[in-house]
Amino acid sequence: MEMKEAIFNYCLRYADSSLIIGHRLSEWCGHGPILEEDIAMTNVALDLVGQSRSFYQYAAKVEGKDRTEDDLAYLRDEREYRNTLLTEQPNGDFGQTMMRQFLFDSFQVLFFEKLKESKDEDMSAIAFKSIKESKYHLRHSSQWVIRLGDGTEESHQRIQNSLEDLWRFSDELFEMNEIDEVLIKDGIAVDLSTIKDHWMQNVVDVLAEATLNVPEDTFMATGSREGKHSEHLGYLLAEMQVLPRTYPGAKW
Amino acid sequence: MCNFELLLINEKAKMEDLQKLEEEFQARIDRGEKIEPKDWMPERFRKQLIRMMSQHAHSEIVGMLPEGNWITRAPSLQRKVNLLAKVQDEAGHGLYIYCGAETLGISRDEMIEQLHSGKAKYSSIFNYPTLSWADMGAIGWLVDGAAIVNQTMIAKCAFGPYSRAMIRICKEENFHNKQGYQILWALCKGTPEQKEMAQDSLDRWWWPSIMMLGPTDKDSPNSKDLMNWKIKMQSNDTIRQRFIDRTVPQAEVLGLKIPDPDLKWNEERRSYDFGEIDWEEFFNVINGKGPMNKERLQARRDAEKNGRWVREAANTYYKKRKEQAA
Ligand SMILES: [Fe+2]
Ligand SMILES: [Fe+2]
Repeated sequence: MEMKEAIFNYCLRYADSSLIIGHRLSEWCGHGPILEEDIAMTNVALDLVGQSRSFYQYAAKVEGKDRTEDDLAYLRDEREYRNTLLTEQPNGDFGQTMMRQFLFDSFQVLFFEKLKESKDEDMSAIAFKSIKESKYHLRHSSQWVIRLGDGTEESHQRIQNSLEDLWRFSDELFEMNEIDEVLIKDGIAVDLSTIKDHWMQNVVDVLAEATLNVPEDTFMATGSREGKHSEHLGYLLAEMQVLPRTYPGAKW
Repeated sequence: MCNFELLLINEKAKMEDLQKLEEEFQARIDRGEKIEPKDWMPERFRKQLIRMMSQHAHSEIVGMLPEGNWITRAPSLQRKVNLLAKVQDEAGHGLYIYCGAETLGISRDEMIEQLHSGKAKYSSIFNYPTLSWADMGAIGWLVDGAAIVNQTMIAKCAFGPYSRAMIRICKEENFHNKQGYQILWALCKGTPEQKEMAQDSLDRWWWPSIMMLGPTDKDSPNSKDLMNWKIKMQSNDTIRQRFIDRTVPQAEVLGLKIPDPDLKWNEERRSYDFGEIDWEEFFNVINGKGPMNKERLQARRDAEKNGRWVREAANTYYKKRKEQAA
């Protein structure tokens, strides 16, 4: 694989993940459990869509085919999307959303921490800008995991169920393929195997404070690196892409 | 002297006190002073303000729903971010006004309960459905536009917290207004289908937008008191005329046609004459019989109900931490 192609695909992977989970969060807007949370969740969604735009814009530049961020977001199909399975899972109840966010944010913080050191200046700059945001996101989501885990009996049970439900998507965050191989050699990509233990430690610490149990079931889902998604993504994209798809070439 | 007579004398003294207080209060208002939460105020003043402010806050919150309906379908990433941020601003406005109303001695929970029970109202405009992307433009342009004309006036009102809230909020509303106009601008410069989308949207939102500024003066029962107290500075009809006068030229720039055959410039009044408003529709919508009343209220009730376990958990968690610390 050529370097340019690898960088392009690497950016898409992280752009897609941020966009899809940001999109999911934005589905809450106006329906949150408390007004302050509507505002907080929208903040996080805004940051995530913003991060995705940085990655798309850079990907488009690297590709050099005159595609825009919107072409990449709106005119690729389900099979071309590379977001991790975790990010496309439906919102469920508020606890489910916060658990999904917590597992994701825990990854993002460590990922950006390393990506800051990337030899690719653009990616390093994106990481630099994003790390502050992701740290705030993580604080927000882990606080909720702790409150709900150590809250009432009902909330404890609900969020434990969410954890059981989402745990199987955690391994995939760290999967690597040919793209990583090409880019790690040149110090551009993050070697995900080097942050996995750290991630696990951080997650286990928060779960312990939340009085939650790490799931025993170790079955792990996979597929997104090859664009094999869950059935949820197609509907999400159909909704998101409806206007540019219906009116090809129109400017908005 | 028997007890009964004593009681009467006491009552009379109290009444005289009250009258004096009210006179002083009115004098302060007439001098253009702002009333602050800790100041004495007539009960009716307090009640009217609570009614107005809670109604306003509810409108901001319910108003998140029609636009929220298009967040997931925004046609570009830039538009998506803009719309998300806009709806978030409205949540902030709601929060800010709820806090202002709380200084009058009512809790946010009580206000929200009144909204959910149907006792408190919110703006009629949000009971219309958003049927196309162009509606995001029309709402910003017309609905936020109408809100600006109204709120610029409230910014001068006699109650300090409300006045200050409006000054801050109006800045953001102006931004929303421009953003909405830009959405329509892009559509009007776009393909014929896009332009049609914009026209259709204006056709649907024009009349509801000029209705949302409230019933005509002769049907506005609260207006006189409110104007004496300077919590309303101008009549609904005056505000409506101002809104129409500033909006019609903007429609012309877009190349859109306002759906009112009687609309025309009156050189003598230096204002636009306009057609008759269908007040029956307005009162129907206010009284729960608009196209989306049921859905809007249901969405708010659902959010409240589905979030209950979350709020309970948070409260329990903090109680535990407090006990631990003690
Ligand atoms: Fe607002
Ligand atoms: Fe607004």
